[in-house]
Order: sequence, then structure tokens, then C-alpha cells
Amino acid sequence: MAVKNSEQQWSLVIEPGKAGKNYWKDIWRYRELFYILSWRDIKVRYKQTVIGAAWSIIRPVLTTIIFTIVFSKVANMNNPGNAPYALMVFAGMLPWQFFSNALSESSNSLIGNANLITKVYFPRMIIPASSVITSLVDFAISFGILLCMFAWYRYIPSWHILFLPLFIILAFLCAIGIGLYLTAVNVKYRDFRYIIPFIVQFGLYISPVGFSSSVVPEKYRLLYSLNPMAGVIDGFRWCLLGDAINIQSFALSVTITFIFVFIGIYYFRKMEKSFADNI
Amino acid sequence: MSSVIEVNNLSKSFILSHEGKEAYTALRDVISNRAKKIFSFPGWMKPSEKKSKELFWALKDVNFTIEEGNRIGIIGRNGAGKSTLLKILSRITDITSGSIKIKGRVASLLEVGTGFHPELTGRENIFLNGAILGMSRREIRSQFDAIVDFAEVERFLDTPVKRYSSGMYVRLAFAVAAHLEPEILVVDEVLAVGDAQFQKKCLGKMEDVSNNDGRTVLFVSHNMGVIQQLCNQTLLLKAGRVEGFDKTKVIIDQYISGMQQYDEAYVVNERNAAAKPNHFNRIALTNKANTITSDFNFEENMILDFTFSITNPSNTLQIGIGLNDKYQSRVFTILKPVSFFKNDGTNFHGRLMLPAGLIAPNDYSFAFAIWEKNGRVHDYIDNICSCRIHDTGTDLALYEGSDNGSIIIQPSWLEQ
Repeated sequence: MAVKNSEQQWSLVIEPGKAGKNYWKDIWRYRELFYILSWRDIKVRYKQTVIGAAWSIIRPVLTTIIFTIVFSKVANMNNPGNAPYALMVFAGMLPWQFFSNALSESSNSLIGNANLITKVYFPRMIIPASSVITSLVDFAISFGILLCMFAWYRYIPSWHILFLPLFIILAFLCAIGIGLYLTAVNVKYRDFRYIIPFIVQFGLYISPVGFSSSVVPEKYRLLYSLNPMAGVIDGFRWCLLGDAINIQSFALSVTITFIFVFIGIYYFRKMEKSFADNI
Repeated sequence: MSSVIEVNNLSKSFILSHEGKEAYTALRDVISNRAKKIFSFPGWMKPSEKKSKELFWALKDVNFTIEEGNRIGIIGRNGAGKSTLLKILSRITDITSGSIKIKGRVASLLEVGTGFHPELTGRENIFLNGAILGMSRREIRSQFDAIVDFAEVERFLDTPVKRYSSGMYVRLAFAVAAHLEPEILVVDEVLAVGDAQFQKKCLGKMEDVSNNDGRTVLFVSHNMGVIQQLCNQTLLLKAGRVEGFDKTKVIIDQYISGMQQYDEAYVVNERNAAAKPNHFNRIALTNKANTITSDFNFEENMILDFTFSITNPSNTLQIGIGLNDKYQSRVFTILKPVSFFKNDGTNFHGRLMLPAGLIAPNDYSFAFAIWEKNGRVHDYIDNICSCRIHDTGTDLALYEGSDNGSIIIQPSWLEQ
């Protein structure tokens, strides 16, 4: 019977290990699902908790206040740039908050959507990706706070701010690269999720959020830039506050980000086939 | 007619590991195992400590070809590989070897209301569910009125579905699925829910889809009556292999005659136990002497002895036990809340005696379920503890072979 049909007629051929042949085409084909899942996450998030929106204002503001007091008053650090210390902290807090939210949301996203994964086919990458989009909404709210702070301090950002979208994309790539990797690990080892808050907490202190990365001694600068978020935060400060940026270490951070994206996608794709069996 | 699905030597295996009772791999175990390996010489390890892993073939060398416009039933006992086959055809899990060729778009309906979010309204869920099932927004919009009409929920469109009755919920979910327009529709036993009238409507819709539009339907069910009504061809699976593929009537006869007694208890397999937090461990049908058997006399009591584990407790959990006749039609159902049963922590035990002299001589099997009152089914096993009740001298004994119903009652005759 197989002779009757020439190979070209089949619209889909399933063979072992070749599930991902049309992967990127499939992602494009399922883009509507991606929109609608992002929309669902956003809608549910702000519907379920009345303080959902308030929370995304309270958290960065309180953290900024505490960081400003601890680093500037208690530890007596100063800002080498010309912006007020609180503004510098907030400009760093903005991408960091986005990154840490995106990371925790995406790493739990597959487990949270287990019912979808075991019942319908679609490229699994859509789920962590759409949960990162949710964090973008929180980011937008925080950005509104930043504008208020600009007004409060009567600070006018320079033309550098036009480059901000590029740095948002960089933060997005950084979050999704590491997020995809953690998501896949999280499905495989279910107790891994206890480690994620620790990673996020740890990351907050090794990233230049509460202080400027220029306080890091020159000889450790390159080592320090191995943290991809260091580059993103420096970039944000350059855009918003016109702080100086070390091109060499920034380039290194960007390279590391792309390596993370590559590893994240590779590992996720590798694990993806067994998600439905493992979850 | 041309073929739309061609399955060649399809096999799918799972690795069952007998290491522990964990439902998933935990990083701490991996780390401690690695550490153990480093700090111990290979010779020290006792054979019993070695990981025992076993290959389990859910499907083995399956071959069949499906022609366009057919309605194919897929039947078989629990663990025959029906669900695995559906999951493979819907591309949810990868295959181990062989190949499948498919022509056209496949939409699979393995569960009613996949992705429904309780907080969202009916209208929002139609769009969400439609997108999950692979419809574009334009398609959903053009079908929207038809979907709402079919589901009969116009008045509640802007109410969150968490306030829906379970009937409304199922109707809405099925309505979305019924308006999918794929070339191939794969349906799991979703029709088991909803009221009779709605079930009829769904069956009609499925028949329409294949008769009028020439689409192909694959349908898994335990209900022989529905299969007989809906499907023109049927595939019988047994232990992961194709046992028969022919006209529905032929296959159902083959299946029923093969469904002879199995004098053994149902014991959960590790895969299922691992996947389900609440599940039955063992179900046995015994006589009064506690011997597992499948042959009973009409005047004999049947005893069901079962244990189940609840690791995800909830106070709305229910146990249901049903008796099915040989056509898989329900004779009766018994319901009890889980709290009714004796337990030692997570393990519960139940023992139930059915009255003698009531169930008419014939072939039967049992179905067991654990579910939550609001609808979620945790475990469902049917076609187990099949048994034959032998006629030992009822008034109907002379007419063995003719269908005289499933129960014999002793009515009171008035004014004789």
C-alpha cells in the first residue's frame, strides 16, 4: 500500500528523534498560541490578585530604598556618575527585577502547564517564552516609576535613552537563555526549584544593582563581566543616566549572553522530547 | 480513497526504573548516587543495590493504514497501548522506532477543556482553548457563534468558567473541539462525560464531520455500544500489538470472545503509580472464602477487595465502583467519599460485598474511579475483575443466550 503514495504527498512524517525537523517553522505556525498564552498569563495575574499591580510597584520601590540606605549611607559608597544614588540603584533594579522575575516565572512555567504538555502538541518553547513576556508587563510598570523618579529629581536623560530598546532585548535574551536551561532542568529534577530562589538571591549581590560596577577593582573587571547581567545593568545605566561604560567588559557580557541563549535552546530542545513522559 | 495515515513498525518503549517510589528524578538522589559511586569500589556494591531498569514496550511493531473519511474505533484492555498510540499520533511523545506518515492536519482531543482557565470567562476560554487546539483567531471568530450555540451557554459567556456547572463546562469545551476543522480528528474517551442528550449531539457531530466533509476520525473508547454506532472500522490492541483491524462488528465480536475470565487481581503498574498521586493499588474479586476467582454462581456473594493510595488528599475525593455488562454498558454505580474508608496514612482499604441472587447470569466487568466532586478524575480503571455469573437454576436458565437484562429481581406479586 505504501507504493501507492509518493513521499511528497505526506504532510508529516514522524520518525524517532526527528520530532524537531520543522521546529522553527512550527513555532511560527503556533505564534497565535504564544500571543494568547502570554495574554492569559497577564490577565490571570492581574485578575487574581488585587494587589498584583500594586505588588509590582511596591517591590522595586522598597528594595531601592533599602539598597540606597545600605549602600550609600551605611557602606558609604558613592556614585561615580552624576545622578542621585537612588536613581542609579533604580536604573539597575529595573533590568534586574525583570530578569529575576522572568527567570522564576519561566523555570516554573512548564510544571505549571503540565496539563497542556501531556494533552496537546505545540513547540514547548512557547510556554517559557510567553511567561517571560508577562514579566515585561511588570517591567513596563516599573519603568513608569522611573519616569516619576526622573520628574522628582528633575533629571533629564540624554539621547542615550534612544538605545534603551536594544538593552531591553539584551535583558530579554539573557533571561530567556538562562530561563530555558533552568526550565528543562526543573522538569527533569523536580527538587531543582528549591535552588532557583537561591540563584536569584545570589545573583542580586554579584550583579551591580546596589552599587556601580566601576567600584569593582580594574583587575577583576573582566572576570566580573562574565556575569551577563553586569553588562545589561551597565548598559541600562549608560542609557538612562549617561554613566560611563567599559566597552571591553560590556562586549564580554554580551558574548556570554549569546552563549547562554545558545546553550539554553540546545539543552531545552534536547530535553523537550521527553517532557511529556517526565512531567 | 487514499490513505491518510500509514503506520509502519511503530514501537514505543518506556524505561521503568525500580529504584524507588519517587514519581520523578530528584537532584538530591542523583548527587547522592554519584557520591556513593565515587566513594565505593565497584566490587563493594551488592547486586541488589544496582539499579534495576526494565524496558517496557507500550507499543511493539504496530502496522496499519487508515483511508480517508473513515471513522476508526480503537479498543483494547487497560494498558494495551491505546492512549500511547493517540499520544504518538498527536505528537505529544516521541516514538522509539518505526515511522508514521500523516496527510493533513491532525487535531487531538485527549481531554475536554485542555487549558481552560477557571478565572477566565467563557468567551475568553473559547479563544484560549481554540488556540491550544490549533485554530487561528480568524477561524475561531468565524465559528464563534456556532460554538456558543452548540454549547448552549449564551447567557454565561461573560461569567468566569469557575462558576459554571460541570455540565456547562463540558459542553463549552466540547463545542470548541467540535468546531475544529482538521483533516484528521483524534478523540480520546471524552464523551464519557456530559449528559445523554449532549453525548448524542456530539456523536452526531462526529458522524457529520466524517460523512459530509470526508474527514477521518480516530476514536478510543471502552464503550462498545458507542464504537458500534460511530465507527465503521475498528483497531484492536492487545499488550502493545495489533490484534485485529477490520469492520467494527467483526472486531467487537473478537474482542468480547477474547475477554474471557482472568483469574487475577488488578495490580497497578509502576508507571501508573508514579504518574498518579491518587491511585488504586490492587483490586481483587473474591468469593466468600477469600479466593480470587471469576466464576460465581447466581446465589453466591461477590466480594471486591481493594486498596488505594491518596498522596494528594482533598476532602472532595470520591470513590466510584461500577459494574459493566459485556457491552460495557453500566449496570449500576456505587459512590463513597474517600473519608469513609479505613486508612493507615496514605493507604486505604475497602471491602464490598455484592448481594447474591440479583445480578443476572452473564459476563461482567468492573470499573473503578477516584475523582474530585467538581470533576477532575485522578484514576480510572475499567474492564477489570471480569467475571461470569453462572446460572444455577433461575427461571431464565432455559433461555441462556438470549438477552434478558442484567438483574433478576424478586418482585412482590399482589393479589395472587
